[in-house]
Amino acid sequence: MQRAGAKAPVARIMLRFLVVLFLFAAPSARAQDAFTELLSGLAGGFAQQAETVQRLGLLGDQRALPYLRALGDTRLLRGPDNTLVVSPDQPPPGSDVIRINNRVRGALRGALGRLQLSSTDPNERLVAAEAMLRNRSAEDIPLLEAALGRETEARIRDRLALALGGARLAADDPATKRIGILALGKSTSPEARALLLQARAASPELETEFAAAIASIDQRLALRRAAELAFQGLSLGSVLMLAALGLAVTFGVMGIINMAHGEFVMLGAYATFVVQELCRGIPWLAPWSLPLSVPVAFLVTALIGAAMERGLIRFLYGRPLETLLLTFGFGMVLQQVVRLIFGAQNREVISPPWMQGTLVLPGEITITQNRAWIILFALFVLLATLAAIRLTRFGLEMRAVVQNRRIAATMGIRTGRVDAMTFAFGSGIAGLAGVALSQIDNVSPNLGTGYIIDSFMVVVFGGVGSLMGTLVGAFTLGLFNKLLEPYAGVVLAKVAVLVAIMIFIQRRPKGLFALKGRAADQ
Amino acid sequence: MSIKLPFFTRRTAIAGLGASLAMPAIRPAFAQTTPIKVGVLHSLSGTMAISETALRDTVLMMIEWQNSKGGILGRRLEAVVVDPASNWPLFAEKARELLAVSKVDVTFGCWTSVSRKSVLPVFEELNGLLFYPVQYEGEEESKNIFYTGAAPNQQAIPAVEYLMSADGGGAKRIALLGTDYVYPRTTNRILRGFLNSKGITDADIIEEYTPFGHSDWQGIVARVKTFASQGKKTAIVSTINGDANVPFYRELGNQGIKAEDIPCVAFSVGEEELAGIDARPLVGHLAAWNYFMSVQSPANTEFLAMWRAYIKNPRRVTNDPMEATLTGFKMWAQAVAKAGTTAVDPVRDAMIGQKVDSPCGYTEEMHANHHLSKPVMIGEIQADGQFNIISKTPTAIPAENWSPFIPENANRRRP
Repeated sequence: MQRAGAKAPVARIMLRFLVVLFLFAAPSARAQDAFTELLSGLAGGFAQQAETVQRLGLLGDQRALPYLRALGDTRLLRGPDNTLVVSPDQPPPGSDVIRINNRVRGALRGALGRLQLSSTDPNERLVAAEAMLRNRSAEDIPLLEAALGRETEARIRDRLALALGGARLAADDPATKRIGILALGKSTSPEARALLLQARAASPELETEFAAAIASIDQRLALRRAAELAFQGLSLGSVLMLAALGLAVTFGVMGIINMAHGEFVMLGAYATFVVQELCRGIPWLAPWSLPLSVPVAFLVTALIGAAMERGLIRFLYGRPLETLLLTFGFGMVLQQVVRLIFGAQNREVISPPWMQGTLVLPGEITITQNRAWIILFALFVLLATLAAIRLTRFGLEMRAVVQNRRIAATMGIRTGRVDAMTFAFGSGIAGLAGVALSQIDNVSPNLGTGYIIDSFMVVVFGGVGSLMGTLVGAFTLGLFNKLLEPYAGVVLAKVAVLVAIMIFIQRRPKGLFALKGRAADQ
Repeated sequence: MSIKLPFFTRRTAIAGLGASLAMPAIRPAFAQTTPIKVGVLHSLSGTMAISETALRDTVLMMIEWQNSKGGILGRRLEAVVVDPASNWPLFAEKARELLAVSKVDVTFGCWTSVSRKSVLPVFEELNGLLFYPVQYEGEEESKNIFYTGAAPNQQAIPAVEYLMSADGGGAKRIALLGTDYVYPRTTNRILRGFLNSKGITDADIIEEYTPFGHSDWQGIVARVKTFASQGKKTAIVSTINGDANVPFYRELGNQGIKAEDIPCVAFSVGEEELAGIDARPLVGHLAAWNYFMSVQSPANTEFLAMWRAYIKNPRRVTNDPMEATLTGFKMWAQAVAKAGTTAVDPVRDAMIGQKVDSPCGYTEEMHANHHLSKPVMIGEIQADGQFNIISKTPTAIPAENWSPFIPENANRRRP
């Protein structure tokens, strides 16, 4: 935004000149002229556009709003004989739309901020306050003071105070500057810190104030960064847990080395895509396609899992190597089938609005919404799985068959059916993971291959057969990985995690939560 | 995004292949002579299929076009298509098959630098001719390869210069993000040398590498945000390749990084890649290429019409490597006509100095270093996945395949 700052004096002088002119001549007629005259500059070159936008913002004429908004949304067209036409919605391709670049976009944000500061919509005022902080100028001090005076909402007041601090920092007078520094020093925002650093060199006489303000921001920022890092670790942990939970059932409980596990995750993601496409035509259903795809993905993958268990795997119980090869091959078949049906190109699953953007927690800790939802979803899936195993008759039969197949059979449990259902259950959970992953990863036929190794890693690390182990293992690995990343980089962090697991498994071959008792000996 | 019929591209590709094979039947004029064989060495399966299939179709389209004009030297052109399946060693095997078994006169192929490095010894050993159509990291010059994509001074360096200019925002700090392989690492090494020469010290540069297909960008994007809060205008230079770009841009959007605050310029994101993404959160981010589909030129209008008619889909997009394939093909055809033969050595000599009015709107010329002179264009991503060209060089500039910003090149002499 340095460019905007450098441009400002020119615009400022021009404006003052214009203002003086208006005072002496017939004001209303001239003001009309100034606005219309300025407006044509919007169709000029990028530099002229940026200046025009800035001047329109300073002019404070609300009539400029529709034009500026349209310019930002590429809805402003060149009309006949140098007029500008605001199109109410996206113009058809081929029309003479006025293009802008990032420099104009930056100026636009500042100008819109000025004009929207008195808006009745609190969200617009919030955006305006943000914009005023980024494109601050000393001219805005009275405007911001007035806005702060009438503002009632606390969050907007905070933002306005910050913007006012920024504007005061841009002033020439050291006393005003000092107030600005103090205001900015109370925030936890990296932008405020950047502003202070930027202004620091220009006024050496305020060095102590600058240093104190920056140190105070840094202190809170360190806390905020630590919290955000923890969130990233939790997020990675939740993804790992989702991917591994199905495997914890099929591999951990049943002992089937299912190399096609990743493909079940991929099928879940494609199920999400299909549900989205089916819902697209129905307006009232479209926003709910993602929640709707949760049961669909579970059922689809569970059915395929059941078919696979009954059709293939059951003939190979007790032969782990053959099972491994079979499931590996089956995974490749699934990948290719999906590639034939949907094509090799990635499919796009759209995030619903409530999963986009960031959530600001107290202390300005920002977390991305989609990942926050996935953490909640992962915990929900874990609880549901635990409940199914602990509380239902199916869970009871499953545990009985795992502990002692023959006695379970003599008690009248149809072990074959339980096997199929358990495998279907594990596959269904993998499908649920696919729904979540469709929000953060590419939906492509090889989506699953990226997660299969991580899943095995989590299950083995947590302790085979223990769902609690999967939970603790996944979050430990996630946090460990994310804590290492800033120092080691993404690639080395992953290597370090693998090495750490290898050493850990050497020490504790049964993982974190080793099963005790007779079941563990089998 | 609207629903695309999944079979569409494949079906049309097969139809196109059929059409090009049916050609000889329609043109009996060729009956007497042996055809000129054109090898096509692009991955039609595996991870690179997404990008390379369009290049296969471009070569087939050009062959059909050339045959409709009477072939070259009165001889019909015939395509020999092989599938190296995104498997780098298989590229070398398939190249050997094309040269030794099918005895092709020329080959168009490769996308990734690693595949080109894999086939290079084969083409040199058997004295073949390869046209490589993708922008790359430079540091190479083979007498058997013609490079019709950009060298770093025709893409990466001008893009960074733009970011540092007034229009680009005057960036003073640069985050270099890339996929972990030879192209991004070499390019970033050159860029670091360039930035240092412009007074940007190592303290104002960060470099981060991620594996192919990386999806968890939250840590890196957060680090870029921290990096950007040091009071200097910051920009991202992305050499991220393949579909890892989708979650990367999504994370940029989610963490609220706007193009007007931290612009991101990419070297491997074109119209084809954007066709699969919701481009709305990316508006204002940049890409540097030597051609954009939105170029206004008679040659481009013709190219678009030809491509859409050939592929039978009025909504298919074109991109830079396709344009480079077309330019390379036309040059080769001119060189064969000039040399009067398809033999490799005379054609190679005839290639130097060939000029083509390329769809990018400029005349491109093949120089003695086997690289083209190309214009540099910077485009801003628009909501519809197209690029708005905001800056382009007034003339086509010659390639510096040996970058002056790599110290080892200081003593290198022109071969």
